[in-house]
Parts: sequence; structure tokens; C-alpha cells
Amino acid sequence: MSAYSRFLVPLFLVGCAIFLLIGSLQSALFAQLTVSGLANGGIYASLAVALVLIYRATQVINFAQGAIATFTTYIAWQLMTWGMSYWAAFFLTLGIAFVGGTLLELITIRPVERRGNILTVVIATLGVLILVEGSVGWIWGAEIRFMPSAFPARFIHVRGVAFSLQDLGTIGISVASVVILWVLFRFTKVGLAMRAAAFRPEAARLVGVRVSWMLSLGWGLAAVLGAVAGMMAAASPSVLLQPNMMDGVLIYAFAAAVLGGLESPAGAVVAGLLIGAMLNLLGSYVSWVTPQLLLPTAFVLMLVVLLVKPSGLFGRTQVRRV
Amino acid sequence: MRAKAVVIGLVALAIALIPFVLSDYHRSQGADVAVYAMAILGLNVVTGYTGQISIGHGAFMALGGYTTAILTHDHGWNDIATLPIALIVGFVAGVIVGVPALRFHGAYLALLTFAFALAVPQVAKNYSHFTGGTEGLALPTHSGLWLYGVGWACVAVIYVFTWYLLRGRTGRAFRATRDSAVAAASSGVSLAVYKTFAFGVSAAFAAVAGSIYVLVNNFVNPDVFGLTLSLYILIGAVVAGLGSLWGILVGAAFVQLLPIGLTSSNVISAEGVPVLFGAIVILVMALVPRGSAEVLGIVLGLPNRIRSSHDSSTPHSLEAR
Amino acid sequence: MASLLELRDVEARYGPVRALHGVTLTVGKGEIVAILGANGAGKTTTLRAISGTVKRDGAIEFGGKPLRGGPESAARLGIAHVPEGRGTFSELTVWENLRLGAYTRRDSSAADAQRVLAFFPWLEERRNQQAGTLSGGEQQMLALGRAMMQRPKLLLVDEPSLGLAPLVAAECFRNLQVLNEQEGLAVLLVEQNARSSLAVSHRAYLLETGRVVLSGNSDEIASHEGVRRSYLGY
Repeated sequence: MSAYSRFLVPLFLVGCAIFLLIGSLQSALFAQLTVSGLANGGIYASLAVALVLIYRATQVINFAQGAIATFTTYIAWQLMTWGMSYWAAFFLTLGIAFVGGTLLELITIRPVERRGNILTVVIATLGVLILVEGSVGWIWGAEIRFMPSAFPARFIHVRGVAFSLQDLGTIGISVASVVILWVLFRFTKVGLAMRAAAFRPEAARLVGVRVSWMLSLGWGLAAVLGAVAGMMAAASPSVLLQPNMMDGVLIYAFAAAVLGGLESPAGAVVAGLLIGAMLNLLGSYVSWVTPQLLLPTAFVLMLVVLLVKPSGLFGRTQVRRV
Repeated sequence: MRAKAVVIGLVALAIALIPFVLSDYHRSQGADVAVYAMAILGLNVVTGYTGQISIGHGAFMALGGYTTAILTHDHGWNDIATLPIALIVGFVAGVIVGVPALRFHGAYLALLTFAFALAVPQVAKNYSHFTGGTEGLALPTHSGLWLYGVGWACVAVIYVFTWYLLRGRTGRAFRATRDSAVAAASSGVSLAVYKTFAFGVSAAFAAVAGSIYVLVNNFVNPDVFGLTLSLYILIGAVVAGLGSLWGILVGAAFVQLLPIGLTSSNVISAEGVPVLFGAIVILVMALVPRGSAEVLGIVLGLPNRIRSSHDSSTPHSLEAR
Repeated sequence: MASLLELRDVEARYGPVRALHGVTLTVGKGEIVAILGANGAGKTTTLRAISGTVKRDGAIEFGGKPLRGGPESAARLGIAHVPEGRGTFSELTVWENLRLGAYTRRDSSAADAQRVLAFFPWLEERRNQQAGTLSGGEQQMLALGRAMMQRPKLLLVDEPSLGLAPLVAAECFRNLQVLNEQEGLAVLLVEQNARSSLAVSHRAYLLETGRVVLSGNSDEIASHEGVRRSYLGY
């Protein structure tokens, strides 16, 4: 069994890719659904990587990730409302997200970590969720607002199939942000230190890495990814800019993180894209899967994965630091 | 022992007499406090006593609430008669959820119950011919006094039941599973059975809470039982102090009455309430993880015996990893 | 000769349990000093107290100045601590482990890496191998290489021979000796293997239940009656 099981996961993924490809070639609708599904998936993937970043370092599930993304998206909206151009607002928001995420960890999580155990920190992140989502409602109110998009509402036609520029742009930006993050982790000193602090905090301290700073930085980067996810989500047709807009997305992101393996960023990306595409196709082709049932489907998926292969598609059963 | 009995007696007396000095509106708010008290008590049983975190209790409330709603609305049942049914439905659901929950600990369980809390309302919306969908179902109204009475009667029953349960062998088993899985297993306690039972009991309480909630509001629709509700129950439990029976009343009053008090006296706008609550949760976790039970113990100067019998452990032993 | 490291009446505890009851020792520049003792004598705790991994009371001076703070500052001051179990980052590659050694250095260069590779040439071809897949002896050498990248003034090594075959362990001690002779690196060595550590060190301290009970030149200690009976086996 184990001799073949190494190939199961890659085989499965290749199978999915082939399925999507062939379907797209056969049917215009399929192709469109796949692409827009991948766009959703890109959003899930970005948020999922943010979750993985924090989980990898601290074993904490950051329930507030979606709310933080919402907050930063509102900031972007506000900047644009004040007249800033889209891309200027976009990048400024990323900067604000980084600083904000770092500060948030410092102020709300650090004091709790010092005191308690994992469960207290998890509850604290729930507190942050309530606080941040509440802040959005407090500052901006609960009315639905309109979020401009980076991309004009045009379509690209390939072989007679129309793909929205918005979707393609979303896929592009999500993938780009994750790749940039990957480069950061792989090739910079800080990235190496963050990885070392995540894997072996005690050994990292011995070589001089300030582990708690690395943690704060991790939250900052996670917030940046969340901001990207949020801005893309708000611009997409299926999500409206309102205080609880990322609640559902968060669940899909959780599902992606779990499916990919909670400690594997690459897994989160692949799983996110996959979930996005598959759910979109499922929603259209299977009649009893109504839009309301998509979220419960994701829940069931998470449950099944955690029961059957908790380490996810890409996870290894690692020796846990106790 | 004496001091404890006296305090309990006084509190019970106060609860019984208060409605007579309140307006009808305030009485129904008192009933809401009862609802939270039951839900928080349920959460406490499963999280505080057996260390299984659940952020999905709003979903169990939904089950109870819809049971009552559908039975009274579509089948003309008497409201009170639906309560035992809700209890059973909740218990069964809790056991069904509790079985897979055994496989997960700590953060994973939190994750799944969180997703559960969001998924259930969606399912309710979907099968709208059954549940009335987003339009909801309307229910007969009752006087504030009736609601208050029924609500707190349920609380009393549940409280006594829980106290009795936790005293005996079951209680010891619960504490054993929370404090040390290894020790519990080796002493012959069947972890799985007790943990699942705890989940069932806790869900049953939440279901009854849901039924009363629905009766207080004379209305039910899926959004009533959304994520916010589950989070507020958690807030109440946190403020109450996990693993303690005392603080529950404080927690329930806090969650229900504080927002109303603050907004009606214009200290803070309605939108500001979640901000305050979030901040309080964080503060509590940072400063007094054992919640108001810890504070109460200190303020009332209760003898050590009482304190120690409730919190023989702090969240430190919610180590379920 | 002013000593590089000086401990005076250092105490340390793990929760309610006191592990060190007042340890006094010194390490001079360019010296290899061994700490001997049975399990639980406090040898590892002593190293942890120095690097700041565990909280301690009492005076510790490094290079004449008081040493405070956690391991992060000790590393910046020039103390390299190779802990029990090597402290290699199993999930990272060999090369990344080495890079981490130079983390605190502002002026690190290719020359540092060259030095380490000259010492352990086999590291070059295994650059991209995951450190966790190396053998015990190789991980020990990697840990040493990483410490070298730090260009420390003092090297704290905890039980390097643990789990290693005798030949491999012997090579490890030889490496320490060469490093000491070639670079003047001061080493504080904790070892249960009394014979090897006495052979390679200049001076030694014997710890029992968190106190120094014997100290002196290594050859003197090696021929000491009590030590011979209890720790050297003859």
C-alpha cells in the first residue's frame, strides 16, 4: 500500500487538471465556470496561505484572518473614495495591512500568549474577530458598498469563449502575491529566520533569531495576503462589500488550508484553486447543490479530510514539537 | 458549605422575586438572560469540563428552536410540550457531532465547530419549505412573565441536573478527561463515552435554550442563529469562566444586558457593542483566563474550598493537543 | 589572565525544582574546559544558564561585562550554544542551516562558508539535502559548522557524543581540538564520556547535584582517585 501511496496525491492532482482541461475544451460553459471558479479559488488560496503562515509558526488557527481582510479592504475602499487611484490605494493598503497586522499581534495576541495555552490564544483570535468585524460596522456602518475593481469590465474571447478580465486578473494577482511571498521566504535572510522560528523556535533563539518578532512579522504578512484576498473578493460579483463579507470566504479558505495540509503553503494554494473550480462546477452542474449548500459542502469536505487524512494532501505527519 | 448554600438561596430568591418589580418588556429580557444561561451552561459542560472547544452551539440552539417552531407552527403542538422533544433532538445531535469530535482536539475542533456554526443556517435557508426559509415562521406570543417563568424554570432544572451530574462519578470522569487524558484512560474511564455524553448533554441544553429563544422572539429564521450567536455564547462562557458553575449567571447577564444597558443610556452606539465585547474577550484571556469565576471568588472572599472545587484547573489544562 | 567567561554562585531552577545550587567556574581565552558529572548533575543546565535559555540568579560575566538576557543576545555577543540534540533545523537544508549560523553577523561573507567547507568538505555536495535526513554524526558536524559560521568567541557544546558511534564521536572531539588550536576558540564542553572529554580539555569541573565538587587541570582530574572509580571505571 505504502509503495503506491506516494503517487496517489500527484496522480489525483493530475487527474483533476486533466478533468478541468478536457471539460473546458468540450464546453464553453465548463471553461467559463472553471476560470471564474479558479478566480474564486485564487481568493481562497491567498487567505488560506495567510492561515497556514500563522498556523505553521504557532499552531494557532487565526479566526480573525477574514475580519482583518475585511477591515483592510474597507481601508482601500475609503482611500479610493477619497480620490486615490486604484493601484495607489491597493499598494498603500498592503503597507497599512502589514503594519496593522504586526501591531495587532503585538497588542492583542502577545499578551495572551505569554499567559495561556493554545486554547486561550484561539479564543483570543475569536475576540479579535468580534473586535475587528465590529470596528468595520462601527466606522463604516453596515450598508453594502460598491468596491471598484482593478480591471475594466471587459471580456477576453478565446476560441469563442468569453472570459472576464476580472477573473483572469484575480487569478493573476493571487498567484503573483503568493509567489512573491515564496520568494521572500526562500531567498531572504528574514524569510529564512521566519521559517526557522516557525519550525524550531528554541533552536532559532540560539542562533540569535528574535522569535517573537518573527511571529509579529508573520501576522503582518498574513494581513497583507488577507488584504489582497479581500480586495479581490469585494470586486468580484459574488461578494458584496459589507462587514461580514469574508465570513464565508474564511470557511472556504479553512477548507483549502485543511485540504492542502495546514502546514503547507503550496498545498493551500493548490487546494484553494481546486476548491474554487470544483465548487463552481458543482454548483452549476449538480442540480441539488444550490448556492446555499456550497458552504455546507465545504464543511463536509473539511470534515472528511480531517477524518481520513488529517495531514492533508501535502502534509507529512511531522514530529510535533511538544 | 453553609456559606455556599446561603448564597445560592439568596440568588435563587432574587431571581424568583425580581420579575414582580419589572415591566413586561424587561421580564422578557430576563427570559433572554435565561436563554443565554442555559446555552452557556451547556458550553461550559463540554468545553470547561471536558476540554472540547465548541464554537458551534448556535447551531444546536437552531435545532431546538426549529423543532419548537415547526411543531407549534405546522403541527399545533403546545409550546411547553415541545421542550422535551427539543431536549432529545439536541442530545441526539450532540452525540452525533460528539463522535467525530473525539478524533479532533484543540484548534481543529474549534475550526470544525466554527464552520458548523456557519453551515447550519445555510442548510436551514436551503430547505425553506421545511423551515420557512428567510421569511421565517411566526409563533404565538406570550406574556413576559410567562416567558420569564418558563425560562428560569428550565434554567433551574438544568442547573440542578448539572450540579448533580458533576458531583458524582460522571463529574469526576469529566474532570479526569480534561485534566489528563492519559490518566483517565489508564484508570478505566472510557474517554469516548464520557466525552460524547458531555457533548450530547451540552447540545441538549443549547437546544432547549433555542426553543425558549424562539418563543421569546415569537419568530424564527436562519439568520437568528448565525455565527454571532455562537460567538456571543462563547463570550458569555469566557466572561463566566470556563469550568465553573458560578460565573454563568454573570456571563449570561453580561452578554444580554450589558449591550442593552449601554446603548439605551447612550454610552455606546449599537455598532460599538461588538468592539467592546471583542476587547473584553481579549482582555479576559490576557489577564484572567478563568473569567469572572476567578474574580468572583476573590471579591466575595469565598473560602478556598468553594473556589477549589470548581476550578481545580485553569485553561492550562485545556491542553487538549 | 583575564577569563573570558566567569560564573559566580549561579543558581537556576525549573519551576519549583532547583537545578543549580551555586556554580562557580571560569573559562579562559583559548581554553577547552570540560564539565563532568552524572545525569541530573546540572551540566546541561549550566550551559543553558550561560546562554540564557533558562532563567538564573548569580553573576555571569562574559569578556569582563555582565551577561544578561536570553539566547538571542548571547548569540550576538559571541556565544554559540550547540544544545543537546544538536539543534539542527531538520526541515531546512544543510545550506540553510549554515546560513542561519551567520544570522547575527553583519559582516558575514563567502569566506566564512569557505572556512566551514574546508573543515567539512562533504557539506558541499549535500548542500540541498534536508538536514533531518543526515545521520547523527553528520548532524553533529553540521551543528558545529553552523556554530563556526557565527565566528563565536566561546562555544558551548552539550553532549556531542550522544548517540554517536565511538569512532564518529572521537572525530567530533578531534574537530573541537583542531578548532581550538587553529582559531583559539574557547570551548565549554559538557560530556558524560569523562575519558574523552578529559583527554581533549585543558581543565575540568566535576558537578554533583548542581554544585562544583572538584576542579583542576584535566590530567590531575583524570588521575584523581574518586573520579577514576566513579567516572572512569578503573
